[in-house]
This record gives sequence, structure tokens and C-alpha cells, in this order.
Amino acid sequence: MVRVTEPLLLAVVVATALAFDFTNGFHDTGNAMATSIATRALKPKQAVLLSASLNLVGAFLSLTVAATIAKGIVDSDVVTLGVVLAGLTGGILWNLLTWLLGLPSSSSHALIGGVVGAVLAAAGTSGVLWDGLISKVLLPALIAPVVAILVASVGTRLVTRFTRDVKQDDNDRLFRWGQIGSASLVSLAHGTNDAQKSMGIILLALIAGGAVPADSGVPFWVILACALAMALGTYLGGWRVIRTLGKGLVELESRQGMAAETSSAAVILLSSHFGYSLSTTHVATGSILGSGVGMKGASVRWSVAGRMFLAWLITVPAAGIVGALAYGLGALVGGGVGSFVVFAALIACSAAIWMASRKDAVGHHNVNEDWKPKKDNESILAESVVDHDMKLMRVSKKGKRRKLGGK
Amino acid sequence: MGTYVEWDALGNILLWGLVVGAGLPALFALGVRIAEGPGARDANGRISTGRKILSGICFGIAALTVLGAVAYIAAGGH
Repeated sequence: MVRVTEPLLLAVVVATALAFDFTNGFHDTGNAMATSIATRALKPKQAVLLSASLNLVGAFLSLTVAATIAKGIVDSDVVTLGVVLAGLTGGILWNLLTWLLGLPSSSSHALIGGVVGAVLAAAGTSGVLWDGLISKVLLPALIAPVVAILVASVGTRLVTRFTRDVKQDDNDRLFRWGQIGSASLVSLAHGTNDAQKSMGIILLALIAGGAVPADSGVPFWVILACALAMALGTYLGGWRVIRTLGKGLVELESRQGMAAETSSAAVILLSSHFGYSLSTTHVATGSILGSGVGMKGASVRWSVAGRMFLAWLITVPAAGIVGALAYGLGALVGGGVGSFVVFAALIACSAAIWMASRKDAVGHHNVNEDWKPKKDNESILAESVVDHDMKLMRVSKKGKRRKLGGK
Repeated sequence: MGTYVEWDALGNILLWGLVVGAGLPALFALGVRIAEGPGARDANGRISTGRKILSGICFGIAALTVLGAVAYIAAGGH
């Protein structure tokens, strides 16, 4: 680790790490709460508030923070503050881009990808431990959803079998609680696990910058700042991702939601217990798919799932390219000014993505709307001609038809 | 491939994942069935004490597991 004495660079890295922490919460709300929102076990606002509170509590629950980043994946000697900054930039931009597309993707993989890209730019291929990258990142991305699909489909099959002749109202009323309990557990585990990553990055930066001694624990303000950034991100809710997870993959009911979230919580906690970390996002998505596979008569939109798997496969290379570009930009300008330029570019790109998202904004008001392609006016006309039914063209007083076509 | 995937850990995750991740919802569902399934309510719409106790045990185990998981997270196991 190269010692850095530029306080400005340190401040920029800390701010960027907090920004990443924010996008992490923002992007991952859906992992815990999409099912509860889709089945209306909780109102959208209630769900994100509950999840944010539990993420906040989770961040304080356990503090086994280590000042490492991408350990065993890149050579730790080449990780400088410039690399960390570029890596964070790659992670944030990939998180925002996948959010714009409504695709859940792993925040930790995005960060690792960004760092790997930055290391490649800084030190060449020798800086990356390729075996570690394959065994700790790429293969688990394929394995995690398979395990989760299996567990959740078995759970869903058992649950629906046991309750097949229970009235739907009773099922919904009772499973609602099971759903809230299991989803809360996923939120709590997320707060503990992911907030610690950002704390670790900031600790690493503080040590490198000489602001705290090398054997220092995490200062309280770092814990507080990380917990708040993640909770705020969670509360603002990545509604686009929530919508895809809750409505896009499977039409969920409360029994499936409960089975899916319990499967997620169990697989996530067990994987860290057995020391084979699986990404929360991959497990949660797999569980939701599994709850569709295990439900008789339910259809799974595999085309949506396929887009997701593709995004997971390109997460590391895509974030890596951004990370490498960011590192190149910083090195080109050089020094503290370079880090400011990278930071400014990050803000500009983030603002552009946010502007693009406003075109078809998804929020708590429309997160549960039906998942089907919007009809344009021409297809409505064509349908009415083919079916010889003029009524299809009628515009209702509330303008619902027009709304469907107009967007 | 053998060195790239930790098969032992993966096997354990799958096994215990099925026991807890699928078993717990099944147990909960059993509780729902006992409490609200066919024949659970008598002519007056009441649930018998025996059924209440049995379903309570099912829900209780589920709730205890959640609390246990919280304790596990807090103890730094995660």
C-alpha cells in the first residue's frame, strides 16, 4: 500500500465510498422487499422504511470490519487510493446503469469488477489473481441462482401442497407475517454484510492517508456515515429493480413470497457460515425464480431472467472497463487534481443516468402496475380490425386506453 | 474444475439450505393448515385448543429460528 499524503484525495475517496454505499442500499432494496411489495404484504413506503431501518440496525450489529478490498482477487500491493477511487467509480456507474435498466445485479461484483479494471490499468495482468477471480466471483455468480432456485422451488412446492385447501384469504393473512419476518431477516443481513464492505474501504483509505494508525479500529463516524448512507439509499428504494423482481419474473402471491424470502435468508446466511460467499442479489433473484418454478400453474418469464443472467456475466468486465477508464483519466491528469476530475466525471455520468431515468420514472406509486408491454395506438387499431371489434378502439372517460398507448 | 469450486461448502449450503430454507416454510404452512385448513373451525367458527397449540408450536419454531438467525448475525457469524 502506497502512503498518500494528499488530504483532498482522501476526502474524495471517502465521499465516493459513501456514494457507493448509497447505491448499494438503493440497488439492493428489492432483494429483501420486492416480494412483500408485489404481494401487498406491505405498502411500498412501509416496506422501504422497514428495510432501511433494519439495514441501519444491521450496520451497527456486528463489526468485524477488515481493511481489505477484493482480497484474494487482486494483488493487495498494487491497490492504491487511485485504484480504489477508480474501482468505486466503476462500481457506482454499473450499479446506476443496471438500475436504469431495472436489472438486479450484485453490488459487490460491480465493486470487484471496478477494482480489477483499475488494477489492470495500473499494474497490468499480473496484478490480478485470475484463479481467485474465477473461483470467488465468476463461478459463484452461476452457482448461487441454481442453489436458490432449487431451495425455493422445493419450499414453494411443499408450502402450496400443505395449504392447497386453505382459503386464499386465510393464507394471505397468515403468510403475510411469515413474509415480513423472512424479508426483515434478509434486510438485516444485508445491512451487516454490505455496510461493512464500505466501512472497510474507508478504513483502508484512512490508514493509507495516514489519518489513523494502521492497527486502528473503525472510527465511530465511519460506522455512522456508512449506516446512514446505506439506509438512505434503501429508503429511496431502487423502484425499477423492485418492479422487475416483484412483478417481472413471476406473478407472486404471499405463499411464494414467504418461501422465496426464507430461502434467500437461509442460503445467504449459510453461505457465509460455510465460508463460500454467494451474492445476496443472485440468491434473492434465484429464490424468486424458484418460487415460480415450484408453483403449479405459475409461469416464469425466463426472457426477463435471461437478461438478468447476462447482466451478471458482464458485471465484472463492464464495471472493469469503467474502472480502467477512470484510473486512466485520473493518471492522465495526475495527483489530487486527477482524483477531482474523476470525481467530477462520476457526478456528471450519474446525473446523466438520473436524467435518463426520469423519462419513464418508476416509483412507489406505479411499482406494482401490471407487467406487460405497453400498447401503442397502432397495435390497438390493428387489434380492433383483426377482431372486428370497434369497442377496442373506444377511449374510456378516464382515458385508460390513451394512457396505455401514450407513454 | 475441482479446485475452482468448493464442493464441500456447496454441498453443505445445499443440504442445510433445503432443511432450513425449504423446511421452515413447510413447517409454517403446516401451522397454517392446522389453524385454518379444512375442518379446523367448528360450527361456531372456533378453532379447537389442540389445533391452536399445534399450530402455535409450528409458528413458534419459525419465530425462534428467525430470532436465532438475528442472534447469529449479531454474534458476528455473518
